[in-house]
Amino acid sequence: MAEVHNLQELRQSASLATKVFIQRDYTDGILCQFQTKFPPELESRVERHYFEDTVKTLNNYYAEAEKIGGTSYFEGCLACITAYIIFICMETRYEKVLKKISKYIQEQNEKIYTPRGLLITDPIERGLRVIEIAIYEDRCSSGSSSSSGTGSSTSSCSRG
Amino acid sequence: MKECEYRQIALAPGNGSAPASQAPASRKQRRRRKWESFAGKNRFFCGGRLMSGRQSGAFYLTLGLIFSTSGLFFGFDCPYLTENLTLAIPIIAGLLFVFVVSTLLHTSFTDPGILPRATPDEAADLEKQIDNSGGSGYRPPPRTKEVVINGQTVKLKYCFSCKMFRPPRTSHCSLCDNCVERFDHHCPWVGNCVGKRNYRFFYMFLLSLSFLTAFIFACVITHLTLRSQNTGLLNALQETPASALELVVCFFSVWSILGLSGFHTYLVASNLTTNEDIKGSWSSKRSSEENTNPYSYNSIVTNCCAVLCGPMPPSLIDRRGFLDPDTIQLPGPQRKVSQGAKTEVNLVGGDPNDDVN
Repeated sequence: MAEVHNLQELRQSASLATKVFIQRDYTDGILCQFQTKFPPELESRVERHYFEDTVKTLNNYYAEAEKIGGTSYFEGCLACITAYIIFICMETRYEKVLKKISKYIQEQNEKIYTPRGLLITDPIERGLRVIEIAIYEDRCSSGSSSSSGTGSSTSSCSRG
Repeated sequence: MKECEYRQIALAPGNGSAPASQAPASRKQRRRRKWESFAGKNRFFCGGRLMSGRQSGAFYLTLGLIFSTSGLFFGFDCPYLTENLTLAIPIIAGLLFVFVVSTLLHTSFTDPGILPRATPDEAADLEKQIDNSGGSGYRPPPRTKEVVINGQTVKLKYCFSCKMFRPPRTSHCSLCDNCVERFDHHCPWVGNCVGKRNYRFFYMFLLSLSFLTAFIFACVITHLTLRSQNTGLLNALQETPASALELVVCFFSVWSILGLSGFHTYLVASNLTTNEDIKGSWSSKRSSEENTNPYSYNSIVTNCCAVLCGPMPPSLIDRRGFLDPDTIQLPGPQRKVSQGAKTEVNLVGGDPNDDVN
């Protein structure tokens, strides 16, 4: 519910300026990993280390979900023995990790990104293709905006 | 159905004028789920929980053949064999039958790994990047991107229907009009594409069906042999005509099913897809430079485990989610866009189905 209030405030007091898309990184194969290159559009909005930490943590979560090891073999074999009927009632490990990722992104948005006028969309809502970061501009007319505290976001009104 | 959609569109702008009135208005009209405006040519069942390809004639034939042959076996051969041999025969046949039907239904009704189409913002962002980096001129440059995977250069093609660069091993199925991850082939016998999410079900279906067909074949032969010892072959056939029918069905299908199982066992062991094998993407004969499969783990056991027992990926298309009442999505125009995109591709000279990876 707290997130909804923050988002509503963001949408009421700010207008969507642009969206930045962080693409997938295929150098290690078809595992779900995102590029950690810092996009130039975010340079004045958020500190580089926050962004890199977020993307690296997301990459670690996805690597954990797709890890081929004891647990995934056990899950696969158990499913095979039960003629895959178990998938109807059991939540897979990947789905459990996806829930953790959703929670993490919500936390990051609340703590770091929404106060800076940014919003990260969960990659699962974009088919795990991109991490979509929406950049909001504060409307100069509204004095009370959702941005608070950090110096990087208060300059948005003066920026063209 | 179409009339319903138009009525809803007419209501939405009128009621959506003030944000306060939007909530009661959306409660009055039924909230539509995302599967109802899915862009691809798929069929959905059970409120979006199950999905399959469009043409399912051959799927019903497969199901019919399996049920009828197994039914005849349980009805005509099993009683005699249970009496004269062992109870294990119908038990084994029963277990195999359940396994075959379960894997077939899983293959047919699971999302094969469809990639949702790019949102308009994503597509616009990609177009900007292509325009910035590509050459200028009347004819647009070929839309490919190269990535290096495990030391191997892989070309990613741009999909004009889905408006995105296809990830490695992804291919666009023209029958279903979807990009499918780790696309193997579109199987008419199961009425669905075979891709990343349902390949293991498909493989286990083939394997179990080969065992079931071979088992029924062997049991029917045994049955007829035992009977003909007492009464002669012709009389035995007259007593159980169903066995003759089962023999014919099993004899003609066992070769193709065993052959397909063997082929897919080879594919699983080398971590290849049918698509890649047919196109010879990683064949060493194809080009002079060394061309090895970058996705293989270089060990048969690891490849098998990774393909069949790897983590089950989630469905990337949110079928059961509710449509945002603000954005009105129509399946009709979207299909027209994709047809237009295909025409555009034909003019340029590319084929959405034809890709190197």
